[in-house]
Amino acid sequence: MRKTFTILSVITAVLLAYALYQALVVAPTDAQQGEVYRIIYYHVPSAWTAFLLFFINFIASIQYLVSRKPSTQAAAKWVVLAIGVAGVVACFLPAVQRLIPAGMRPSAVATTVLLIPIFYFVIGWLFPGDRLDVLAVTTAEVGVVFCTIVLITGPIWARPVWGIWWAPGDIRLTSTLVLWLIYVSYLVLRRFSNSAQTQMLAAALAVFGALDVPLVYFSIWFFRTQHPQPVIGGGGSMDPRMLRTLLDSWIAFLFFAFLVCWSRFRLELLHREVEEAHAMESLAGEGVAAKASLPLNRSPR
Amino acid sequence: MNAIKFLFAAYIATWVIHGVYLGSLVRRFSQLRRELKEVGKK
Repeated sequence: MRKTFTILSVITAVLLAYALYQALVVAPTDAQQGEVYRIIYYHVPSAWTAFLLFFINFIASIQYLVSRKPSTQAAAKWVVLAIGVAGVVACFLPAVQRLIPAGMRPSAVATTVLLIPIFYFVIGWLFPGDRLDVLAVTTAEVGVVFCTIVLITGPIWARPVWGIWWAPGDIRLTSTLVLWLIYVSYLVLRRFSNSAQTQMLAAALAVFGALDVPLVYFSIWFFRTQHPQPVIGGGGSMDPRMLRTLLDSWIAFLFFAFLVCWSRFRLELLHREVEEAHAMESLAGEGVAAKASLPLNRSPR
Repeated sequence: MNAIKFLFAAYIATWVIHGVYLGSLVRRFSQLRRELKEVGKK
C-alpha cells in the first residue's frame, strides 16, 4: 500500500509539473486578456474537481442513509437504476432536447445522467457499511479545499479583467459561495456535534447541499451572468492548445485530489480507531471501578 | 500591480492552500498516532 502511494505521488508530482509547464509556457497568450487568463488552468480544474468530490459525497451520503434499512436499500437500487435508464432515454426525446441549453450535446447530458447509477453501485461496492460515511466526510473536506481555491483564484482573475474583485448578485459567484458555505457547515456539524445522530444529520445535509451543484454548473447556461459563458460544450471556441492544457491540468489535479482523499480517508479510519480505543479504555476503567465498589464480604453469585 | 502579478498570486495562493491543508493532515496524523500509542500503553 505504501509503495503504491509513493509511486502515485511521484506520478502526480510529474503530472503537476507538466501541467504547470503547459499552463505557463506552452499554452498561447489570450488575445483579449493577456497572460492573466492562465489563471483558468488552476481555477477551472479546481472547480471541476470540487464538483466531482461533492458528487461522490452526495452518492456516499445517499448510500449511507438508505443502508440503515435493508428494504430501503433494495428499493433505492431500483430507483437509481430507473433514474439512470429514464434519464438516458429522455435525453433523446425531442421534447426534452428542447429544454437542453443550446450548445450542450444531449449525448453529454445522457452520459452525465448515466454516471449516477455507475457511481452509486461502484461506491456501494467499494465502500461497504460505515466506510461510506468515512468516504463522505473525506470528499466533503477535500472538496471544500478545492472550492476555496475556486473562490480565491476567481476574484484574483476578476480584478484585472473586470476591474472588480466580486460581482454582487452574479448567480454563478453567489451559488458557488453558498455551496462552499453549505459544505463548511457540514464539516462544522461533523466536528462539533457529539450526538449519535450526527452521521445521519450530516448525510441528510449533504444530500440537500448537493442540490446546489447543478445550480452552480448550469447557472451560466440558463442566466446571463458576469461570469464568462461556457466555452467547452457551450458553443464557444477555444484554441486546441488551450483546451489540451486545461484537460492536462484537470488530470493532474484529479491525481492530486485522489492522493489527498486517500490520506484523509486513512486519517478518518485512524481517528475512529483512536475513538474506539478510548471507549474501550473507559469501559475497562468503569469495570474496575464497579469491582472496587463491591462490598468486601459480598462474594459474587 | 500588473496582470502577471495577479497570475502568480493565484498560482501561489492555490499551493499555499494545498500546503496548509496537507500540513494539517500531517499534524492530525501524528497527533492521532501519539494518542493511539498512549492508549495502547495503558
